[in-house]
Amino acid sequence: MSTDTRAAITIDPKSTSRKGLRTPKDTTSDKVVGGLSHGVLAVWSIVVILPMLWTLVGSFKTTKEIFASPFGLPADWNFDNYVNAWVKNNFGGMFLNTVIVVGVALVLVMVLGAMCAYVLARFALPGSRVIYYLMLAGLTFPVFLAIVPLFFILQGMGLLNTLPGLIITYVAFALPFTVFFLFSFFKSLPYEIQEAAYVDGAGEWRTFFQVMLPMAKPGMAAIAIMNFLGLWNQFLLPISLNTNQDNYVLSQGMANFASAAGYQVDFGAMFAAVIITIVPVLVVYVLFQRQLQGSVSQGTSK
Amino acid sequence: MTSQTASGGPQLQTAAATAARTGRRKPPRAGVPRKLTLDYVSFLIVFLGLPVAIFLIFVISPFVQAVYYSMTNWTGFSATMDFIGVQNFVRLFQDPTFLQAMGNNALLAIVVPLITIAIALIFASMITVGGPSHGQVRGLKASSFYRVVSFFPYVIPAIVIAILWNMIYTPSGLLNGLIGLLGIDMNEYAWLGDERTAMGATIFVIVWSMVGFYMVLFVAAIKGIPSETLEAARIDGAGRFRTVISILLPQIRDNVQTAYIYLGILALDAFVYMAGLNATGGPGNSTLVMSQYLFRTAFEKGQFGLASAMGVVLAVLTLLFAALVIGVFRLIGGKDEGGRA
Repeated sequence: MSTDTRAAITIDPKSTSRKGLRTPKDTTSDKVVGGLSHGVLAVWSIVVILPMLWTLVGSFKTTKEIFASPFGLPADWNFDNYVNAWVKNNFGGMFLNTVIVVGVALVLVMVLGAMCAYVLARFALPGSRVIYYLMLAGLTFPVFLAIVPLFFILQGMGLLNTLPGLIITYVAFALPFTVFFLFSFFKSLPYEIQEAAYVDGAGEWRTFFQVMLPMAKPGMAAIAIMNFLGLWNQFLLPISLNTNQDNYVLSQGMANFASAAGYQVDFGAMFAAVIITIVPVLVVYVLFQRQLQGSVSQGTSK
Repeated sequence: MTSQTASGGPQLQTAAATAARTGRRKPPRAGVPRKLTLDYVSFLIVFLGLPVAIFLIFVISPFVQAVYYSMTNWTGFSATMDFIGVQNFVRLFQDPTFLQAMGNNALLAIVVPLITIAIALIFASMITVGGPSHGQVRGLKASSFYRVVSFFPYVIPAIVIAILWNMIYTPSGLLNGLIGLLGIDMNEYAWLGDERTAMGATIFVIVWSMVGFYMVLFVAAIKGIPSETLEAARIDGAGRFRTVISILLPQIRDNVQTAYIYLGILALDAFVYMAGLNATGGPGNSTLVMSQYLFRTAFEKGQFGLASAMGVVLAVLTLLFAALVIGVFRLIGGKDEGGRA
């Protein structure tokens, strides 16, 4: 019986869709569901955007104005708060530190991660499976467990409170995820090309950098964006391994500033500092929005 | 970039198909044994040795050391340390503050994933199958706008999110201002300064920051469902709600499970959010979490052995949580399949 109904109706949607292609007639329930959905999603969009708008406007207000009314516009739009945050509270210096640390760590982790994933995925070496599972373990354990010994390891190497120390830890902790992501990518590349490169006389190094790596570009781009966000977002590693004020990165500077502002109450500068920290990542996001959402779904979207 | 990704699929499939057709004895193999030339040896040392060394020194060795430290009374500054077995752990489980922090973490690990995933699923369903009930199964119009906007919080550093919301929750902040617009005067109510609302306000912030990411994840997963399946359901007379319950949910079960584990781990940590919202642990320690207590014990009190023990407890709880979620999902999945068969 069920086959009957199905057979009878299969013709139906084709005809409706053909008819409805140009002029879809929405039923009442369509309109209700559609309207309701739009309403809910619009409310959520406001919940997302309003705090940011409020911060943006607040960053131009004086602290007195901020406390006077949450919605009032500033009497005059000036950049005093930005100057205060950037110069007086050294967000300029911290910005530079962040760019250096995140930039160098990103390049390193991409190169090292790609190399490691390539070898693990395409060479039958004794123990490569052990390394793979060790990386899996490193991915699941909470960073908090490692933080105390890590402090002393860096101290022993003279890397505590230095930018290189921070960079190498960033690289180490971003490595497992990068290797995992790229492992399946390298695994899926055809073997014929690698062999062709060998036949043409390319060594292992050349084969990787001139043949295999360019083929992995889409995967590299996706993981690079994910890593950029993750590294820019780092908080625990810098606050526990980098206590020298001169080497502060933005995220820890923010936290420090916020707890200090509890007493000094320069809210205006704090609003400006939030904007300074948000804007670069939002710009990156808007530029690479497609790739980022693609990398979240890892190619499951069509 | 997208077209590249898209074209990769068919190409690979063709390669695999060709290989299958020509009937090669060894399909993709992991590599041929190579002579130990300078090129090959230097390649292995740099390509495998270097990253693995960094990983072992800075990730694995601290984990191993932490487990050992957790059984000592090390203060971090003395050269000596005594092996004291499980004493640290006994002490932790008798410490009411630690137990309270653990309870707060447990609450977060249950509530945060539930709310976040529920909202993300609802939004993702609206975007993918919320469209008209005739013709092809479609989503809402202009839904990519919502997808882009909802994702915003995910790209903002978590500490900034926490500080931003701290400002929103202050007595003269945005929230009280908004409520004031409705004609209700909150009398400078401090949302994070009252035990009754501190935790709820905190949970909202974490949910706010995560919904967009999981919404995008679920949208991608739903789009991966063959459209024939959705259309067949429609032909069989399933409405939108029924489609979501009977088709979408079972089909993206694995994604939901992964999301649950990730969010749970995030909630078991929660350090960044707490550092920005309630650095001191909230009124009456009402939002104190284990990671905060660990950090305080290690870097303020200098009790590194005890702090390491907290780290071990946190790690064990994280693994238990993941195992529990996988187990529960397997149970639910089993029932589901039984029902369908």
